[in-house]
Amino acid sequence: MISVIHEMLQYTFIQRAIIVGILVSVCAALLGVILVLKRYAMIGDGLSHVGFGILTVAVAFGITPLPVAIPGVMITAIILLKIGENAKIKSDSAIALISSSALAIGVAVTSVTTGLNIDTCNFMFGSILAMSESDVYLSILVSVVVAILFLIYYRKIFIVTFDEQFAEASGLNVKWYTNLIAILTAIVIVIGMRMMGTMLISSIIIFPALTSMRIFKSFKNVVISSAIISVVAFLFGIYFSYIYNISTGAMIVIANLVLFIIFTLLEKIIYDE
Amino acid sequence: MNNIITIKNLSFKYSGNQNVLKKINLEVNEGDFLCIVGENGSGKSTLIKCILGLNSIEKGKTEIKEKAGYLPQKTDIQTNFPASIEEIVLSGTIVNSIKKIWYTKEDKEKANKIMKDLNIYDIRKKCFRDLSGGQQQRVLIARALCSNNSLIILDEPTNGLDPNIAKQIYSILSKMNKKKNVTIIMVSHDIDRAVKYCTRLIEIKNGEVVFDDIPANYSLEGGI
Repeated sequence: MISVIHEMLQYTFIQRAIIVGILVSVCAALLGVILVLKRYAMIGDGLSHVGFGILTVAVAFGITPLPVAIPGVMITAIILLKIGENAKIKSDSAIALISSSALAIGVAVTSVTTGLNIDTCNFMFGSILAMSESDVYLSILVSVVVAILFLIYYRKIFIVTFDEQFAEASGLNVKWYTNLIAILTAIVIVIGMRMMGTMLISSIIIFPALTSMRIFKSFKNVVISSAIISVVAFLFGIYFSYIYNISTGAMIVIANLVLFIIFTLLEKIIYDE
Repeated sequence: MNNIITIKNLSFKYSGNQNVLKKINLEVNEGDFLCIVGENGSGKSTLIKCILGLNSIEKGKTEIKEKAGYLPQKTDIQTNFPASIEEIVLSGTIVNSIKKIWYTKEDKEKANKIMKDLNIYDIRKKCFRDLSGGQQQRVLIARALCSNNSLIILDEPTNGLDPNIAKQIYSILSKMNKKKNVTIIMVSHDIDRAVKYCTRLIEIKNGEVVFDDIPANYSLEGGI
């Protein structure tokens, strides 16, 4: 195993993939805890489809995709949360409508222009090993910013997540924090799509949070362990994907699934006695 | 007695609807244990949200001398929330250190003291979701006291609790009111128990105050 890891690290593209992957995994896990607790987990899935739509349209028109997709998905995220506040439209159906429409537009535009080529396929299923240098730098920069913002606002994010009414009565601007979470989620989804693909990105947001909530009992420990679980799943994923030549995104999800099952069993053993 | 909250001619409606509150006049004095009772939809919760500044008021005025500690109605999200008692109680101190990134040493000492007072210090590492309903409410009362240990506002804190546990909560509140002079404003469904423990009772009916006196006089009138 050591010799294989040594061999993997010889390649610069794998080194890059590992750095970006670890950063994105941490950010996705941090936000995932909030999204799962707030029952916003499906938003991640919806946003990734919107991201796909925007990316494919950008590629079709020859525009660099990431700088367009990030603000586009941010706006969608804020709109989706707004709809969630409005009781007339249920937010799960709103997400389904917006995400399938975006996906359809993306597919239609590519069919007319470039056809379903490698780029489109990469957006669908991820291609962490094919990231360009500029993508890598942008991803690193953005995920560091997301992680720092999360830490700075950690205490307030906790209060707003646990009890919006209390937070508001205490003088916190709840809407501002909800929008902050939406924006950070949008950023992580667009960056993470390069690694995981549209189809699989929401799993690295949801899985680590659910896995750590099996066992950990305080918010702080849930947040920290989610980040660690997410990184471990990523490293296993990329290792096995290298050895057996399997899609990295798929391997990461499978690693997450295995960890989830292990933690669920551990929960039974620890707390049933 | 000093009044801590003054409400003058307050009317309030949610957009498009009829007035929920009609020309409410109310003064709350320091040391009051005030229970607000009334039927569902009478405007009890709306009134305390106006006092807390959560509803923006168009007509009338509410003045509150300090930010109150608040215990809102329970939400779904909280039932399964993975957070320790300590984390939740400590979060009440945010009012005093809203500009800071992390809690101060004083915040932590204050939270510890309040947890000891409410007998939850020994279980402070436990997870909120593993507690009984009564214990959960005690944690949320502790959080409210962390925000302000002289004025707390509670919205149906005994909702969904066993009668015995509800009695415990009332008696904890009554003790705090008598021994530590905490001013308490509380919305309640449970008129029988409210009458036993509070020092002042207000009944709201269709958005108007129809009773405001010591509870003894309420039972004499024979209730609703």
